[in-house]
Amino acid sequence: MRYLPLTAADRSAMLERIGAAHIDELFADVPADALQAGPIAGLAPHASEMAVERHMTKLAARNLSAGAAPFFLGAGAYRHHIPASVDHLIQRGEFLTAYTPYQPEIAQGTLQVLFEFQTQVARLFGTDIANASMYDGSTACWEAIAMAGRVTKRNKVLLSGGLHPHYVATAETMARFTGDVLEARLPVLSAEADDAELIAGVDGETSAVVVQYPDILGRVPDLAAIAEAAHAKGALLIAVVTEPVALGLLEAPGVLGADIVVGEGQSLGVGLNFGGPYLGLFGCREKFVRQMPGRLCGETVDADGRRSFVLTLSTREQHIRREKATSNICTNAGLCALAFSIHMSLLGGEGLAQLAAVNHGRAQAVAAALSALPGVTLLNNAYFNEFTVLLPSDARQAVRALADRGVLGGVALGRLYPQASQLHAGLLVTASECTSDEDIAALVAALKEVL
Amino acid sequence: MNAPNASGWKPEMGPAGSALPTTASGDKGLQLEEALIFELGQAGTYGVDLPEPEAAPVAGLSKFLRKAAPALPGLSEPEVVRHYTRLSRQNYAIDLGPFPLGSCTMKHNPRLNEKMARLAGFADIHPLQPKQSVAGAFEAIAELSDWLITLTGMAAVALSPKAGAHGELCGLLCIRAAIEAKGEDRPVVLVPESAHGTNPATAAFAGFRVESIPANADGRVDFDALVSRLGPDVAGVMITNPNTCGLFERDMKRISDAVHAVGGYVYCDGANFNAIVGKVRPGDLGVDAMHINLHKTFSTPHGGGGPGSGPVVLSAALAPFAPLPFVQRDDAGVAHLIEEEDAAAQGHAQSFGRMAAFHGQMGMFTRALAYILSHGNDGLRQVAEDAVLNANYILRSLEDVLDAPFAAAGPCMHEALFSDNGLAEGFTTLDVAKGLIDEGFHPMTVYFPLVVHGAMLVEPTETESKAGTDRLIASMRALAERAKAGDVTLKSAPHYTPRRRVDETLAARKPKLVWKD
Repeated sequence: MRYLPLTAADRSAMLERIGAAHIDELFADVPADALQAGPIAGLAPHASEMAVERHMTKLAARNLSAGAAPFFLGAGAYRHHIPASVDHLIQRGEFLTAYTPYQPEIAQGTLQVLFEFQTQVARLFGTDIANASMYDGSTACWEAIAMAGRVTKRNKVLLSGGLHPHYVATAETMARFTGDVLEARLPVLSAEADDAELIAGVDGETSAVVVQYPDILGRVPDLAAIAEAAHAKGALLIAVVTEPVALGLLEAPGVLGADIVVGEGQSLGVGLNFGGPYLGLFGCREKFVRQMPGRLCGETVDADGRRSFVLTLSTREQHIRREKATSNICTNAGLCALAFSIHMSLLGGEGLAQLAAVNHGRAQAVAAALSALPGVTLLNNAYFNEFTVLLPSDARQAVRALADRGVLGGVALGRLYPQASQLHAGLLVTASECTSDEDIAALVAALKEVL
Repeated sequence: MNAPNASGWKPEMGPAGSALPTTASGDKGLQLEEALIFELGQAGTYGVDLPEPEAAPVAGLSKFLRKAAPALPGLSEPEVVRHYTRLSRQNYAIDLGPFPLGSCTMKHNPRLNEKMARLAGFADIHPLQPKQSVAGAFEAIAELSDWLITLTGMAAVALSPKAGAHGELCGLLCIRAAIEAKGEDRPVVLVPESAHGTNPATAAFAGFRVESIPANADGRVDFDALVSRLGPDVAGVMITNPNTCGLFERDMKRISDAVHAVGGYVYCDGANFNAIVGKVRPGDLGVDAMHINLHKTFSTPHGGGGPGSGPVVLSAALAPFAPLPFVQRDDAGVAHLIEEEDAAAQGHAQSFGRMAAFHGQMGMFTRALAYILSHGNDGLRQVAEDAVLNANYILRSLEDVLDAPFAAAGPCMHEALFSDNGLAEGFTTLDVAKGLIDEGFHPMTVYFPLVVHGAMLVEPTETESKAGTDRLIASMRALAERAKAGDVTLKSAPHYTPRRRVDETLAARKPKLVWKD
């Protein structure tokens, strides 16, 4: 087997040093009836690189990849062009095959990357600080809710109807076991986000208001107004950003008063990957640092007084605090954070602003083309690169019919809200810098056929 | 000595050590310092060419617009490539040498897996694409599921957990849901004191009260203590097997039977599955739930701290409570995604819900599947055998110079455990670890498990050659002897690294978490 360096002679020599006659003597603590005499039944033997590649390529070929079709999906996962240098750099073995940087003397590379990443995220979000990443946006959102409870000592949380339904479901799962009381609502198909309901709903028992920006339907909530209402009642505002490219165009949530800002960083550097691995972003006010979940990298000095970086404040974490930890999380999304950071370094702030403007322009082009179709109505007053259109019937049928024609036409709200038939006419459509005029023409032509 | 070479060439020999000259740049040959991007970048520089925007923002957006671009530096592509390449050289990595971190299973990461995960049909598909357009993705997930279920002898697998600790949470939430479905109240989870810190943290996060179970003198769960604590208030136990002392829990089946007898469930921490993959099926030992760190046993890269992936295999008793979504084969063997819109119709109304957006770590699934197919059933068995062989070889090669608390009782599994007993006064496990860095190795896991004083947990994995392991052993012997002899130079190790020991107290006391100009 090509990944196993020991030869038969090595194994014999090593057994001799150990003083065992046979390898199974080393498994003597396993009860005899639990030890498999031979290979476990029902599984194939080892295979060459060529054979594995053939098999995997065959499976991959049964999928219609986004780059091979006119593509308009978003809803929490976005396709952007990733510069070639990003993937090259993250495949350097010193990054790819390193462990968590617990030994700072031989991990300054990863640590400096994390410090730079934290700074980039904080500046993008408009927060004082940010952590070294979390699993993904949905789990970061739950961690923010849990953290708000630690900060405010309250447990009632208002979730905007514009929060991604998977994020809502993730939080609901956890809240069932922690005693947090979540007040979630379904989105309403209206031109504006549900700011007014949230502002009316916040009271003296509210721990946090959770608002997605832009929201699941692509609308842009007025974070400043919600922050003011929340703060007036002693509650925190948690802003959730599932498309960080939007922050090249829109004001940063932290600047608008959000106390905690979390997000999904996948759209910069990481790629679609069918949903994972992704990248949880987490920023907040500096005064909350000891209530924060996740790893943190901090600046310090070494024995020679040179600037150095090190994982810090680990007394919050499970390996020290065990059952009293702020989170059970042990890992972050290091390599995805690296990819995000490299992509962000290539763009810079001005490049991100331009990328955002291009995305928004492309979305306007798609929105104009779709709005011109009979039976198609644009819902949003405001949007970034994603918006909702209403079709004459359940958009799931249209999406399937479009896929039959080789067009990946968007995300039907029925896929996200199967129980809420009042939403099923809705279709989420996303554009990006990758969207060509030909893609738009193909979507329009196919949609004319299927409607 | 400055003697002439055989050629007659006599090099000039300058000063040594601290008398060496300083450099104007701060770099020293191939030891390259690197500034932060915020110190390197400048406004107006960029590494991506973009088209001009085609339109002004829509009117509804005007009140939300940024007043200025984010304050982030831009760099050209050559500057970016150089920045990250220079930084990478300050890291140790498996690609550079052994990484014997106990319980972390730092094995070689095959590059075929990287190539397979990057096939456009896997990497460039959207999680919410129409299901008809991603049949191959469901089939790949189903194939991985089939392997994991068969290798573990379990009934089902939940693939959505994003890392090991997330998998632990998944398993405990399944247990909690099963208990609630029976209308019972069982607030306590028993966790051995040798467990990973994630175990008690997870149990607490899942709303349980954690009670610790002691280890016995030979490093295993104290069976009598555990059984005596069982009762109607106990939801279950969390046991790591092989355990964090590197030992197989001989009583696992008896423990499972006893826990089941009082209506509880058995959670197995599968962090150390690498030691038994292909040899032992946890399902045969009565396990109800076990997470599998794909980044350990199945070799997906650690990436400097993630992303991980923590699928959880489940017994028939817990399978109905598995989180959404998951992939399941129909009677004809065709793989389907079961998510919210399908769950009730497919008989999964008892699912405890969703743990994260989308379907799990697909990029890790494809890597793990490529790894599993490459090894096959016979190769995986060999993985376990070679991992255990390498660890026992280290144990027996060092037990004369380092205290090995459980070595006399028999073989270890995939990792060898030593203590600081016998080091000279004032010398610690940390000194040995830092000395190992100077020797060109990543240190072993230190001060874990907590049940052994000054623990050093050494896990070579199966991908170390005998010659590589011999070099590691030679260095560890030398260090053990220096630490026992009280060699003070160890106290200041490492000496040959880009940075020396760092001031962790300063970092924690005055946290500086972002760069400020």
